[in-house]
Formats: sequence, structure tokens, C-alpha cells
Amino acid sequence: MGSQGGFGQSKEFLDLIKSIGEARSKAEEDRIVIREIETLKRRISEPDIPKRKMKEYIIRLLYVEMLGHDASFGYIHAVKMTHDDNLPSKRTGYLAVTLFLNDDHDLIILIVNTIQKDLKSDNYLVVCAALNAVCRLINDETIPAVLPLVVDLLSHSKEAVRKKAVMALHSFHRKSPSSVSHLISNFRKRLCDNDPGVMGATLCPLFDLVNADPTPYKDLVVSFVSILKQVAEHRLPKSYDYHQMPAPFVQIKLLKILALLGSGDKLASEHMYTVIGDVIRKGDSSSNIGNAILYESIRCVSSIYPNAKLLEAAADVIAKFLKSDSHNLKYMGIDALGRLIKLSPLIAEQHQLAVIDCLEDPDDTLKRKTFELLYKMTKSSNVEVIVDRMIDYMISISDDHYKTYIASRCVELAEQFAPSNHWFIQTMNKVFEHAGDLVNIKVAHNLMRLIAEGFGEDDDTTYSQLRSSAVESYLRIIGEPKLPSVFLQVICWVLGEYGTADGKHSASYITGKLCDMAEAYSNDETVKAYAITALTKIYSFEIAAGRKVDMLSECQSLVEELLASHSTDLQQRAYELQSVIGLDARAVEAILPHDASCEDIEVDKNISFLNDYVQKAIERGAMPYISENERSGMVNMSNFSSQDQQESGQHGLRFEAYEVPKPPVPSKVTPVSLSSVTDLVPVSESLYARETHHITSVGVASDTGSSGLKLKLDGVQKKWGKPTYSSPASSSNSTSQNPVNGVTKVDVATTVNSKVRDSYDSRKQQNEIDPEKQKLAASLFGGSTKPERRTSASSKVSKASAGAADRPQDSKAAIVPNKTSGEKTNQQPPPQDLLDLGEPTVTVAPPTVDPFQQLEGLLDASISSTVSPSVGAVSNAPDIMSLYTGSTSSEQRGAGGYIPVTGDNLNLLSELSSAAAVRGTTGETNAAPLSLSVKGANAKDSLEKDAKVRQMGVTPTSQNPNLFRDLLG
Amino acid sequence: MIHFVLLISRQGKVRLTKWYSPYTQKERSKVIRELSGVILSRAPKLCNFVEWRGHKVVYKRYASLYFCMCIDDEDNELEVLEMIHHFVEILDRYFGSVCELDLIFNFHKAYYILDELLIAGELQESSKKTVARLIAAQDSLVESAKEEASSLSNIIAQATK
Repeated sequence: MGSQGGFGQSKEFLDLIKSIGEARSKAEEDRIVIREIETLKRRISEPDIPKRKMKEYIIRLLYVEMLGHDASFGYIHAVKMTHDDNLPSKRTGYLAVTLFLNDDHDLIILIVNTIQKDLKSDNYLVVCAALNAVCRLINDETIPAVLPLVVDLLSHSKEAVRKKAVMALHSFHRKSPSSVSHLISNFRKRLCDNDPGVMGATLCPLFDLVNADPTPYKDLVVSFVSILKQVAEHRLPKSYDYHQMPAPFVQIKLLKILALLGSGDKLASEHMYTVIGDVIRKGDSSSNIGNAILYESIRCVSSIYPNAKLLEAAADVIAKFLKSDSHNLKYMGIDALGRLIKLSPLIAEQHQLAVIDCLEDPDDTLKRKTFELLYKMTKSSNVEVIVDRMIDYMISISDDHYKTYIASRCVELAEQFAPSNHWFIQTMNKVFEHAGDLVNIKVAHNLMRLIAEGFGEDDDTTYSQLRSSAVESYLRIIGEPKLPSVFLQVICWVLGEYGTADGKHSASYITGKLCDMAEAYSNDETVKAYAITALTKIYSFEIAAGRKVDMLSECQSLVEELLASHSTDLQQRAYELQSVIGLDARAVEAILPHDASCEDIEVDKNISFLNDYVQKAIERGAMPYISENERSGMVNMSNFSSQDQQESGQHGLRFEAYEVPKPPVPSKVTPVSLSSVTDLVPVSESLYARETHHITSVGVASDTGSSGLKLKLDGVQKKWGKPTYSSPASSSNSTSQNPVNGVTKVDVATTVNSKVRDSYDSRKQQNEIDPEKQKLAASLFGGSTKPERRTSASSKVSKASAGAADRPQDSKAAIVPNKTSGEKTNQQPPPQDLLDLGEPTVTVAPPTVDPFQQLEGLLDASISSTVSPSVGAVSNAPDIMSLYTGSTSSEQRGAGGYIPVTGDNLNLLSELSSAAAVRGTTGETNAAPLSLSVKGANAKDSLEKDAKVRQMGVTPTSQNPNLFRDLLG
Repeated sequence: MIHFVLLISRQGKVRLTKWYSPYTQKERSKVIRELSGVILSRAPKLCNFVEWRGHKVVYKRYASLYFCMCIDDEDNELEVLEMIHHFVEILDRYFGSVCELDLIFNFHKAYYILDELLIAGELQESSKKTVARLIAAQDSLVESAKEEASSLSNIIAQATK
């Protein structure tokens, strides 16, 4: 056991800690620390300080720095201390530098030499201390200096050194992957290390390597699987047990690696199914660590090539998580649900009430996780409810970081799934109003473009309706105080273009509003620029229409103010306004034609219309033009042009035409029943994601490089406005939608039935469910039962719920079908259908033979073939040996590595672990007498400590009895 | 990956900080201030996780001390929660029913233990016994290097304990 308390420090130091402990305010604490810094500065530079004293000074520096003060004056002393030959001093020195310095600090260069020397030391504790420092302090420039030494240490006789060497290489890999790329074989070798600690540590770098590129490691799948199998079967030494689970941290790391290796790889995944199934089966859902393993298993299942049985098992675990009372488990359940929902969209249905509970939970963390889930399951039928909720939440929070995040989510969903133009504009207005400064400017440009172009329909009346509804809403909003700049820009632009278009509002009304705005936000130049341009447009439309223009007095003063503006941009705009007003109707119409924002502007890059003029000038003896490259000594012209571009990027709209939407690459899904489906089917989330992915990968809009915020107009067109059902002309989308239709069509029967079953069950359990919640559930989840139009055994049901889906808000309609079908639950389709549908891309044939058994056979065979020639011997000794020693070494070496260790310490170990187990299970209560006998009475212990402290002359006044309280008690 | 480990008392006093990702002193104080604000104000029955600046912070309260670890978005929160518990169990074994006072006066020892448990932001050792053995080996060297004066009585005291 460690030294009991053992306050080896001087009274001075103890006093310091005590006085800080008793400080009543941060200011008081700061005063004490500053005094301490002064003392230390003085003391530490005195000559000939004894080592012990120096060590204490360094620790005091640590303390000062930990409390958030600057102790940089002492760093050099810490560095000096690492040079010390005396191990305790060296250790303190290393501890201090790892805590003080980041890997880019100038002093590192002074330590590298010491580290090099220490890595070669024959005392393994010195090497360990140096390796700790290596992990923290060596940066990509200094890696070469220590790399060969660290590699040598991989075969050190002490396992602690090997382990730290592996971790050091891992940190190198993280800082500069290329530096260790030639050492990968060493990691593979360490995976077979005798010591499970080293093996466990090796999983860390391997995880990173596999994460970067899984292909070179596919051959390790079998090894990982068999390691996991053996760990799960309790073959590691008892000391690796944690709360009775066999080496859970190793298991979790392995599951993470398998998830990466099996992702999209059927062959590799097939190796894993058995062992993952075992892990889930053995998972103990009563302990926290057991749940951690179960959660990791679900992640693994959702990442690898899908397997029906595992998905089912995972869904069961999720159900357990969600039903739990613990917030932590609910959180994990929601997260896991979000992962699994991509594979089997149906499983969310049975948990709808649990999800809604989480959404309304006071816990912010849980709420945000639930929004994450909702985001993943959004479709056109429930987008309104979800986005509304998100916006409500967005308004309620003040954390900018998350606000930005959720605002971009709202925008993304609205752009993808908007059911109507009107709704879209309203939603965007809300987002802009409450988080305008946080959203990407592109979103604003997209919104303006949408209003200008409509949504792909050719109907002129819808166009103008859309615009006038936008104008109306903006005129309403404009009065609100403190609108974000981006939003104001949108408002100005829309009012300028369409404010007077429908004739409802007079020019003077609109211009008055614009002037008010320019005045209210007078220090925002961009808004003013937008406003003045809007004014120009309105006046010129007036002139073009032949009406007389009466400029309001406030307009006049605004223009005058801007004419003298410091900003040349504003000045120019003001002058333009002035001169446009002076022109006649015909000229104005040519300059600013009405509603022409979407028209292409043909730019004559060669400026050919000036040719005549140039010709004449040259004839008159002017110098001919010399191109930019030929001139030397001139100012770099490109500056100007780039400035120009920036300018247009800031203010202007994009004017280039869209490309014709290209048909997406046919997806992997085999199209089913191409022609038979005429219904519009809500595209399930995962398929939609794939579809859009294809579209973007083809590379459509001009801004392909931009972040996820851009508007995917091409893919979306068909979703907005009135859907045209069976138009053969709608070439691009119909091809990609058809397979979707085909699949969801097959879904029908099961969707209904499973939903019926579940909601029936849940109703039985809790009779009084808040009708509010049910309504919400219906609107959130009801959408997925939309496609039932197909006549099936339960035709009544499907019709009714299809009706309900058409009116998602109508909760009664959504519930009724459940009732009617409640009596019909016996008419269920064969269960394997459900699995089939879980993942549309797979067609799992109903297994005739148990696949797990087959797998097991395969696995065993492959293990024994890879592992060792002495298969016969494996039978009487656990085959973990053969695994760790690899095929080359003999059984005995492996046994020498493991068994005696466990044998020797078995008694002690089991005692310890049983004690730990008892404490683990009793949890926080600390009532078990066993733990008392092991730990000693707590009261007595703390009394002893108290006495010791008093002896030292330090009396922490017992105003804070907590200090004495057992952490685990 | 674990970005940092924080131990703060219920009064918001810092008991231990360990940074595995580079943070300047200024950022460190800011992180501590922000997080202690968020974590200390959370009600007892809520999640032990907080989403924070694109990362997640897992925390657990033991007596009056909060153990917090900041992890990546993709990490397993429950696992990290157990890492914290693992750390506390090792501390408990080392100090013998550890209490906050032990950590206040022996924070450097807590650092040594943490260094044997986590390295470069990853769990390096999951066996309590191995950690305990290494720490004991290091301590015995420290003990032997101590001045003669107290050596004999100390050894006797240690042996009879």
C-alpha cells in the first residue's frame, strides 16, 4: 500500500495550502498566491538550495500554476531538475515539465538531451519517467531525436516500459503520422505481447491507424475477434477484471476497432457476428461498465455489415436503456437509437413516448441528444413539428456555440424537406430573427435566390403570392428592435425587388420603411448599402412605370448623408441613385428592368464593344494596350481584380445559371417494381441522405465547395410545391426515387403491425398518457406509416393510418387505426419480413441452418490454422497463450507469461477484487462490513489524518467537514 | 481521446488539472471557469455528461469533489465514467479510503498515479494492481532516498501499519 497520507512537506507549504483552502473569495486566494509567487521567486534563485527544498519549491510552483497563475519564472528550474541524477528529484522534474510545458515551448530543446540519456538508463523507473515526458513534450520536430530509442524500448524486458513505449509511438503517430508509418509491423508484434497490459495499450495506436485506413489491417480481423472472444470468456488475469467484468476497457477498444474494420465489409463482418453476439449476451446491464460494453456493441453492430439477429439484439438493449430510470442510460439509448435508425427505421416507433419524454426532460444534455435523433429521422411529413421544436429551443438558449449549431440544423432540414414555400420563408425568418448573426451568409443568399426564382414551378401566380407573402412578413418584422445584420440585408433586398410589385404598398411607404431602417442601423454599412440600393430600385421601378417620383424628405437627407460618406461604396451607390432618378423612363428601364434579378448577365470579357473606340484612339496616336504580364514594375493589378471579386461576394447575388440537373448515379439499391408505384412516398431518412449524396457527388451547383449549408436545389425541387406524381419527364429524381418506393412499399404490412403491437402494449402499461404527448408522437412518428395504400391483410388499418398521415396533426386519426387493428394483431406477417425490411439493401434469405454455428465452425478452423502447429496442445491449456505468443513461440513461453503470475497472486488478488467488488456493488452506501475490515473504519481513518495534520501544526478548521469525507463513502 | 482531466471541489476550487491537448494558461483558466459554472450548477439526477464546445465533458461527484474528463464527441461516455471511477478506486487503494484532504495535500502523488493510468489522453493500463505496483516501486525509491534521520522509525512504522 502507498504511504499513508505522509505529509512530507514543510510547514510553510502546508500553511499555504491551508490558507488557500480557507480563503473565502477568489480575490483573497489570488492575494495569497501572488504573495507566494513573490516568495518563490526570491527563494528559488538563491544559490545552493538543498535538493529536497528545491523539490518542494517545484511542487509549490505546480500548485501555483494549477490555481491558474503564471509560474513561468520557475520553468527553467524544473528543466534543470530533470537533469538530476537522483531519481526522486528527476521524477519531480519530469512531472513538473509535463505539467508546465506544451510541446511547442522553447525549453523543450533543453530537455531532449536529458530524455535521450534517460531512455537509455538501466533503471526502468527512470525510463518510465522519461517516456511519460516523451508522450507529452516531444513534437513533430523532435521525434527523430528519440524515435530509435523508443523503438528499441518496445522489446524491453519490463512490461511497464514496453507499454509506455507503445503509447509514446501512439502520440508520435498522432502528431505526425508519417514519422511512424514504417513501424506498423511493431504494433502488430506488440499485439501478441505476453503482457495483457501491453496488448491493451497497443490497441490505442491500432485504433487510430485503422481509423485512418482500414484496408491494410483486414487480416487482423481474425486476431481481434479471437482476442475479444478470449477476453469475454474471462481468460485474462483476474487483475484485469473491473466490477466482475473481464477487462472491459480492452473489450470496448476491440469493439471500436472491429466496428471500423467491419464497416461496409461483408466478409470481415461475418467473422465478427458470433463474438459480438456473445458479448451482447454476456453484457451485464445492471452495472455501469456492462452498459458501456453493451452500448459499444450497438455501435459496432450499427457500423458493420448488418446482421438481422444482431440488430434485433441491439434493439432489445436500446429498449432496456430507454426504459431505464437513469438519465445516463436514456442518453445512451437515444444516441444508440440514432445510430440504429439508419439501418432499421422502424425501431424508433416503439420508443416514441420515451423519445418525447427525453425531449421534454429538463436536462439539457438529454434534450440536445434527442434533437440529434430527431434530426436523423426527419422527413417531409414531420419536418414542421421537428423544426418548430428546434427553433423554440434555439430561442430559449444563450449558448452561442450550440445556437449556431442548431440554427444550421434547422436551415438544413428546412431546405431539404420544406413542405411549402410559405412555411419555408416563415421558418427562415424565425431562424434569422433569433440567430441571424450566427448563420452562414450563404443561407441568406440562398433565401433571396429562392424568393427571386420561386421553387421551380412555372406558375406566375404562385410566384407573386410567394413574394408578396415574403414582403408582408418582412414589413411586419422590420419594426422589431435589434435585428441581425444578415436578416436586414435580406429584408432590404426583398423589399427593393418586390416591395411595390403587387401594388399593395405605395413606393413612399416602402421607401419610408427602408429609410427608417438605414437610420436605425446607421453604423452597419452593409445594411445601409443594401437599403440605398433598394431605394434606387424602387424609384426606378416607379419611373419606369411612368409615375412621378416624390422623394421623401428623410430619403433625401439619407442620400445626402451618404453622398458624403467615408465609404466609397456607399458614396457610389448614392450617386447612382441620384443619377438614375434624373433619367427618363426608357433609360431607367434599360438600367434596372423590373424583376430581372434572375436573368443572366452576359459579360463580354473581351470588351469588344470598345473596339471601335480603341481603334480610333490608336489611329490618333495613343499607345496600344500592353498586357499585364508584359508590364514590369507596375503595381500588381491582380490586387484590384481580387478586391472586385470580394466585393461582389459580399454584396452581390449570384447570377450564373444553374446547370441542368444531372440524373444521379443509380444507387446500389436494385430497383424494384419501377412502374407500378404512383404514390408519392415520403423518402425515409437514410435513403434520402444517400440520394442527396449522389447528387452532390455529381457536383451540381456552383458552390460545391461550400459547407453543408448550401441549398441543394436540384434534388429538392421535386419536394417543394405540389408534387407531380407520375410525370415521366421528371427524369432525374424518378429513377432514384423508384427504388425507394419499391422498398417502402414492401414495408407496409409490418410497419402497421409493429406499430400497432407496440402502441397497444404501451397503452396497456400506462393508461394515462398525456394526450399532448400522444399528439406530438403522432406528428413525429406517424409520418412513417404514410405509405400504406397497398391492400394487405389489414387493409382497414392501412387506409385509416394513411389518412392520418395526411393530416399529421390530427392525433385522433392517428390513434384510431391502432384501436381497430388492436383486435387484429393475430394477422401478423412472418417475422423475418421485418428483418428484411430493416436494411433495404440486403436481402437476407431466411436461414435454414443456424448461421452462428456455421460461423463458429469457420472461426475455429481459421484460428487453429493461423495460430499454431500445436493444435493438439491447445486443448488442455487455454488458447490465449497461443494467441499472444503467436504461431512461432511454443506453448510454454505463453504459459510462463501468464499462468504463474495469476497463480502466485491468486489469493491476494481474489481477496482484493472481492473487496472491490463488494464496494462496487454496495455503491455509495458504504454499509458493507467487509469494506470496513479491508479499509479500516472511516471515522478512525479521518481522525488519524486529522491528528496528523494537527501534529504538523496545521489545523484545517473543521468548517468544511467534507474534506475528511471518504470519496467513495 | 481525453483532452483534459479536472478535479474541482463543490466550492469551485481546483484540486487537480491535467491537460493532454495544448491549452494556453489563459484558455485553461477560461475552461475551468466555464466548466465549473456548468457542472456545479447541475442537479444531482441529471446525466453525467455535458456537451461543451463540440466536446463532451463527463463528470462524477465523489463526496464534495467533482472529477471531470473532457472527451471527443465520438467517445463512449459510459466508459469514461468508469475510467473516472477506476481512477478513484486506485486513489482509494493508495491512500486508504481517500478523502479530499489527501488530494489537497498530496496532489503531486495524485498526478503520479494519473500518469500511470492515462498517457497522452488514452487509458494505458486497466489493471489496478499493475498501477499500484508501479507506484509502489517508485515510492520505495523515494523513501530510500529520504534523509537518514527518520529512516529507522519510519520503516518500523511502515512495517507495523
